[in-house]
Amino acid sequence: MPKDGGIGASSKRREDVRFLTGAGNYTDDINMHGQAYVHFLRSDIAHGTITNIDTSAAAGMPGVVRIFTGSDFEGVGGMPCGWQVTDKHGQPMQEPAHPILAQGKVRHVGEPIAAVVADTLEQARDAAEAIVLDIDELPAVVDMKDALQDGATKVHDDLNDNLCYDWGFVEENKDAVNKAFEDAAHVTSLELVNNRLVANPMEPRVAVGDYARGTDESTLYTTSQNPHVIRLLMGAFVLGIPEHKLRVVAPDVGGGFGTKIFHYQEEAFCTFAAKACNRPVKWTSSRSEAFISDAHGRDHVTKIELALDADNNFTAIRTETHANMGAYLSTFAPSVPTWLHGTLMAGNYKTPLIYVNVKAVFTNTVPVDAYRGAGRPEATFQLERVVDKAARELGVDPIALRRQNFITEFPYATPVAVEYDTGDYHGTMDKLEEMGDFEGFAARRAESEKNGKLRGLGVNCYIEACGIAPSNLVGQLGARAGLYESATVRVNATGGLVVMTGSHSHGQGHETSFAQVVAEMIGIDENMVEIVHGDTANTPMGMGTYGSRSIAVGGSAMVRATEKIINKAKKIASHLLEASEADIELKDGAFSVAGTDKSVAWGDVTLAAYVPHNYPLEDIEPGLEETAFYDPSNFTYPSGAYACEVEVDPDTGKVTIERFAAADDFGNIVNPMIVTGQVHGGLAQGIGQALLENCAYDENGQLLSASFMDYAMPRADDLPMFDVDHSSQTPCTHNPLGVKGCGEAGAIGSPPAVVNAVVDALQSAGKDVTHIDMPLSPDRVWAAMNG
Amino acid sequence: MAQVSMTVNGKAASGEVEGRTLLSSFLRDQLMLTGTHVGCDTSQCGACVVHVDGQAVKACTMLAMEADGADVATIEGQANADGSLNVIQQAFQDHHGLQCGFCTPGMVMSAAALLKENPKPSEQEVREYLEGNICRCTGYHNIVKAIMAASGQDVTAIAAE
Repeated sequence: MPKDGGIGASSKRREDVRFLTGAGNYTDDINMHGQAYVHFLRSDIAHGTITNIDTSAAAGMPGVVRIFTGSDFEGVGGMPCGWQVTDKHGQPMQEPAHPILAQGKVRHVGEPIAAVVADTLEQARDAAEAIVLDIDELPAVVDMKDALQDGATKVHDDLNDNLCYDWGFVEENKDAVNKAFEDAAHVTSLELVNNRLVANPMEPRVAVGDYARGTDESTLYTTSQNPHVIRLLMGAFVLGIPEHKLRVVAPDVGGGFGTKIFHYQEEAFCTFAAKACNRPVKWTSSRSEAFISDAHGRDHVTKIELALDADNNFTAIRTETHANMGAYLSTFAPSVPTWLHGTLMAGNYKTPLIYVNVKAVFTNTVPVDAYRGAGRPEATFQLERVVDKAARELGVDPIALRRQNFITEFPYATPVAVEYDTGDYHGTMDKLEEMGDFEGFAARRAESEKNGKLRGLGVNCYIEACGIAPSNLVGQLGARAGLYESATVRVNATGGLVVMTGSHSHGQGHETSFAQVVAEMIGIDENMVEIVHGDTANTPMGMGTYGSRSIAVGGSAMVRATEKIINKAKKIASHLLEASEADIELKDGAFSVAGTDKSVAWGDVTLAAYVPHNYPLEDIEPGLEETAFYDPSNFTYPSGAYACEVEVDPDTGKVTIERFAAADDFGNIVNPMIVTGQVHGGLAQGIGQALLENCAYDENGQLLSASFMDYAMPRADDLPMFDVDHSSQTPCTHNPLGVKGCGEAGAIGSPPAVVNAVVDALQSAGKDVTHIDMPLSPDRVWAAMNG
Repeated sequence: MAQVSMTVNGKAASGEVEGRTLLSSFLRDQLMLTGTHVGCDTSQCGACVVHVDGQAVKACTMLAMEADGADVATIEGQANADGSLNVIQQAFQDHHGLQCGFCTPGMVMSAAALLKENPKPSEQEVREYLEGNICRCTGYHNIVKAIMAASGQDVTAIAAE
């Protein structure tokens, strides 16, 4: 029976009511009295030297307040990078300056050059067209391997070359790994591309800067997943505004998927310009701007090799990856191909030796950073593709080969520096086999063949590291931030609670699920708990939402703060009941004395805290409000097994997804309905990557897929109904809720299942096809079949 | 600038617009009906779908002046008279047919238009009708389910919570 309320219940989302009635409060819905609008003049060429910017005619156009160019930002900090990677020689990565508006050169299509602030958006656009701009075009560096050639055009003149870093992990294991390959009975190798993607949350980015002259306070309303991070980065490193004079608000945010983690130039500009112009300044990205200014995702080119012994045990993995950074380092870009990717290369398997090499490369393209999964999809894709290829080369069942090599004992220390606390990989695979009806596949294939279609079945596993992250660990790895989370629980006199969380909800439903947890702990109705997030003025310093961390880290902080509340409330209750504190029990919203019928209601205790007439004032303070900061001791390790069945039309190469089953282990679950929805969304993005989406540049650095006309977003008729299960549950051992996180799993686990299925379909028809690079568009599949 | 007048959610509305002002801008910026969202600039995403004289229209694709004299319905006018969610809205909440909520107004308005012309659509018909509405969060599974449920069809056989 579904549970009615509290942890484990599929409570309907309270936030839905405002979203369904048009009453949401997204950043673009915010309009300040007297606001001006900014339009950015952006580079339409990929690489060049600015020889002239003449804004004089534009400045005289109707409604123009002020025009800014790079020279207005001399002496202002550039965009900071939040993670420093150390290369395999122990040297820090090369880190170029990243200006708010271009300084002398442009380095990617879309780089902002000038900003026109005007009374209306139309006036700002009109004036931008009157700016005289001359750029001497330089050769663009687009392909990563070309960028590393001797004599290649440099993206940044002041750097040695286009190599951001050359990272080896674990460098000390390299010789042993190479030896294992020499000794291997079989080696499978695969070269593949993890295609560049654009996150494309449906809400484009927006920033509204406001400045209060009387108090010298700046406020930024922005589409962010982590307002405190933006406040710290922008205040301390860009504009030099102390945090107590800077407020950042991220209200309802229309999806993030990683690309709204980062601190962007437009945020700093609007905050800066609001003060400079002494009026609020608003920027709303068009979708066309979003394609050339939101950080992109993925874009890895990898060679992976898997060594096996004569009994088909995995003995070593060796990878070489080129990772595109784009023209500048986005906020967390360096961490994605390294610590979020290399540490996951063990996957679900007990491979004893692993060596990962990553060369991060600057190119004249939009910066690349975390996108849903961030490093973990790249790791999973190459590993699960090479394992599948090995099974086919060896003529063994792909599931059996996986099962044979599964990690089965926990905790398990991988050779790539992480320790999995719990998991049951056979358990999720058992569940998948049940869901996928693999016995019925032959009949379904025969039916497809009867209809002139090829049918394939692809299976894969995944492991991810979520609940980012132990601060001391990530500090050692180069993070320039802590990764704890915070919560303040404020109990009001009449018993209602407000939880102010550092996590941020932009679709995940925290206002509902977080309330379920607190309500269950106290034994009160969920509707008595309000969740507040997204405003630095009324939430404790928090690190925000990404990396499937909200319930695992933010939820843990909330549990700790609620425990403090309960402990204090018990003291108050023991006073009111004239009983020993040790005998006080909290159940169903009432405090009782063990073994007696004496009790006092939650509301009576909370009232006593604020009307302390009969109260132990000598022992405890009035009031009932507690804050906790929770720093996790380890990552969490969700895992699962996915199966995809496709049909391929041999005449056109078109692939359709016929069935998709996902068996996940997320540990304990707070709201199964929300968890299932998170998996659905992740699957759609993973299938989108596998079949549809591709961010393509031409050789001159022009973005070819710069609108929804050209970038193929998954639509309703591209996708099937999904079969999702999360009944396999091995709770996390090191956080109070035993939760692991579920936001990225679908996007991490699904691309290899799709590609494995298509390869299976083509091989079933006798085609000698071992790999096709994503997206598996009809032309690529047809070409592979007829190659 | 020109004067436009229309009926929006049953009430008279008017304002001064430029020739290039889009209906979506007029609704959002002048009438402060910010439930109509703008998610793209190529008429692809459908977050801005409203009804104009009973037809589903992408409000970013129509000039405000073209709607002069029209009867316009937006997401703000969809709830029941007592403020409770209408059948489609309630189905979206019941079946978790929304996450971030940004595409949701357009989805609800498209769903209403679909069910008006096809009261019992099949799953495939729902999916094809939603070609012009992009959602990045839900994978469409629960949107399709919600629309079928709103049409009175039994969706218990469709997987998910």
